[in-house]
Amino acid sequence: MDGIIDFQSVSKRYNNTAVFGSLSLVLKPGVITGVVGESGSGKSTLLQLINGLVRPDFGLIKVFGQPIPSENLPIFRRRIGYAVQGTGLFPHLRAERNIGLMGKVEGWNPEKTESRIEQLMLLMGLNLRLRTRYPHQLSGGQQQRVGICRAMLLKPEILLLDEPFSGADPPTRVAIHERFLDLMVAEPATVVLVTHDMQEALRLSSELVIIREGKVLQMGSAKEVVNNPNDEYVEKLLGNTTHAP
Amino acid sequence: MPLKRMFFVVLALLVTSKAIAQTDVINVGSKTFTESYVLAEIMAQLLEINDYKVTRRFGFAGTLISFRALRNGEIDVYPEYTGTINEVILESQRTLNLAELSAALAPIELDLLSPLGFNNTYALTVKKSLAERLQLEKISDLTQYPILRFGLSHEFRDRADGWSGLKDIYALPQSSSGIEHGLAYQALLMDEIDVTDAYSTDAELLHYDLVILQDDLGYFPSYLALPLARQDMNANAKEILTLLTDRIDANIMQSLNAQVIIDGKTFSEVASEFLFEQNLSRTVHSDSRDLWPSLVRNTLTHLKLTGIAVLAACIIGLTLALAVYRSKPLSRILLYTAGLLQTIPSIALLALMIPLAGVGQLPAIIALFLYSLLPITRNAITALTTIDPLIQQVAQALGLSTRQQLRYVYLPLSLPHLLSGIRIAAVVSIGTATLAAFIGAGGLGEPIVTGLALNNTGLILQGALPAALLALLTELTFEGIERGLVPPHLISSQSTS
Repeated sequence: MDGIIDFQSVSKRYNNTAVFGSLSLVLKPGVITGVVGESGSGKSTLLQLINGLVRPDFGLIKVFGQPIPSENLPIFRRRIGYAVQGTGLFPHLRAERNIGLMGKVEGWNPEKTESRIEQLMLLMGLNLRLRTRYPHQLSGGQQQRVGICRAMLLKPEILLLDEPFSGADPPTRVAIHERFLDLMVAEPATVVLVTHDMQEALRLSSELVIIREGKVLQMGSAKEVVNNPNDEYVEKLLGNTTHAP
Repeated sequence: MPLKRMFFVVLALLVTSKAIAQTDVINVGSKTFTESYVLAEIMAQLLEINDYKVTRRFGFAGTLISFRALRNGEIDVYPEYTGTINEVILESQRTLNLAELSAALAPIELDLLSPLGFNNTYALTVKKSLAERLQLEKISDLTQYPILRFGLSHEFRDRADGWSGLKDIYALPQSSSGIEHGLAYQALLMDEIDVTDAYSTDAELLHYDLVILQDDLGYFPSYLALPLARQDMNANAKEILTLLTDRIDANIMQSLNAQVIIDGKTFSEVASEFLFEQNLSRTVHSDSRDLWPSLVRNTLTHLKLTGIAVLAACIIGLTLALAVYRSKPLSRILLYTAGLLQTIPSIALLALMIPLAGVGQLPAIIALFLYSLLPITRNAITALTTIDPLIQQVAQALGLSTRQQLRYVYLPLSLPHLLSGIRIAAVVSIGTATLAAFIGAGGLGEPIVTGLALNNTGLILQGALPAALLALLTELTFEGIERGLVPPHLISSQSTS
């Protein structure tokens, strides 16, 4: 079962600029992998390659042990949760409808959707009376929790997170991290967490991938990377965190 | 889908009901001025007295539209003038006599019935008192009085067959000044001018006690009034209309016009009294002038015209918008085409519809439909293409199919824009539909058109006020719909056109 997500010599260009030259990496199932890099390093594209929003120019990407299908992508994507920076919450839907939309689409009965929404909101520490608020009536941190609840509704095997905590202020952020880790204990998934914040990556992930300008500088367990940074850039990224609590 | 089907069923009903009507009923038409209405009403009532069913399709805007309606079989007969047939319809270089006109109309399957008895042409008129004092009877009498002041309408001064030719042929020594026709009678009365031009059957001649000077050199072309009919019109019905031959001389026509314009009687009353006096009918029916039934009928027709047109534009416009919005070039082509249609003046578009769809409600609905397309498609495409890319990305990433993205994300987010597009289309259509009366579609434009012909403000308001009210109600209804369907925070920012 090694390699729930498997990139084999993947290259991708946008407007003649290479995002990835020839990227190969295998992500371990059932753990949180932090993908750390600065903006423009290609880390968001990495996520979109996994759920088929972006297609590689060359190379092969296997997810769940199979190449990404070219048909029935919606069905494939429902096995993969997705939450992004700036939340991407649907502004016309109340919090509960944002979270529960995919249940409706999947044909769940309303009671099932209802109880699943409540379960997730409680797990993420959201007060249930917020359920009828529209996204713009929620704080940045609340919006992010709703975004994660929405991504988790269908109990996905893979969860893709693109800077999902960056909209909250630092104390709130730590609180959300705790909640998120609890959620992952309750409902384990293979998580790919993209972030520019090494501190966040270290707090949440057991595996790390450090990328810069489309190239993997180092990957391995968090401990390994912290103890043996193999590149100056990695050392620099870690620099801020070695003395962190 | 059921809506689309309903639309076609309604269209089919409209078309077939018209086809059936053509075989059973005599359709009488008129143009949009008093005399035409009065004559058409006289013809209609005479046919009814003789047990024919009549549909009145009055108020066609101008000769070409009336003529087209006749050729297309939308109407069977309407009152026309020989001079107009000669110049506008046949575009003849010289003046044809009655026999020549009949011969020229035969190949296009039209019949001239016999003249009604008057010649409605240009004429010179003076106050009766002045005529008596100077013993003026003929135009040539004017040459003896170079001091007389001529105040002539601008059109008459400009026309080739107007002032300049008249002055030459009669060798008139006077010069003329231009004056607005509507003010000329007043100026005559106040003795500011002595002579002006008029139509020989103008109601005002009688009202202001004016006399017409005889055209003794036969300068003015003749405009004999007569029914112009289709050859295939029921022969017995045509026979009945010939009962009117030579019954209406210029004085009678002046008086009939005056009864409408000055005494404020309805066409129906005037026609009925005339037929009674001429022993063509045994009773006079007084017109009750019921406001409400006609108001309700006109409003319903108006709603039907705009409702069907806007509904069709919604279905087809939204379908088109959904089909093309992902492609920029196709969206552009669609919007440019719809925009181009919008630039055609409404009355011209209505007239253009006649060769394609005849006269009546169908061409009006098609024209209104074409006008409604632009606001609906433009707003739909704008809304669909300006959705936040992040939202689009998430909708896809969550695993919504294309159809589900549309249903749960794109359409609800576009709703304020869509609704305002439909609202604009509906309000504009309600206004434009008043013009549809010019091509015989009925609706609230009908009293407006008639009122314009009669210079009757009350009648104009009977169409204009309900139309304005309808537009206002439509605005409010859409506001209500929007408030019901769109979360409040999405309304204020997007609901402008």
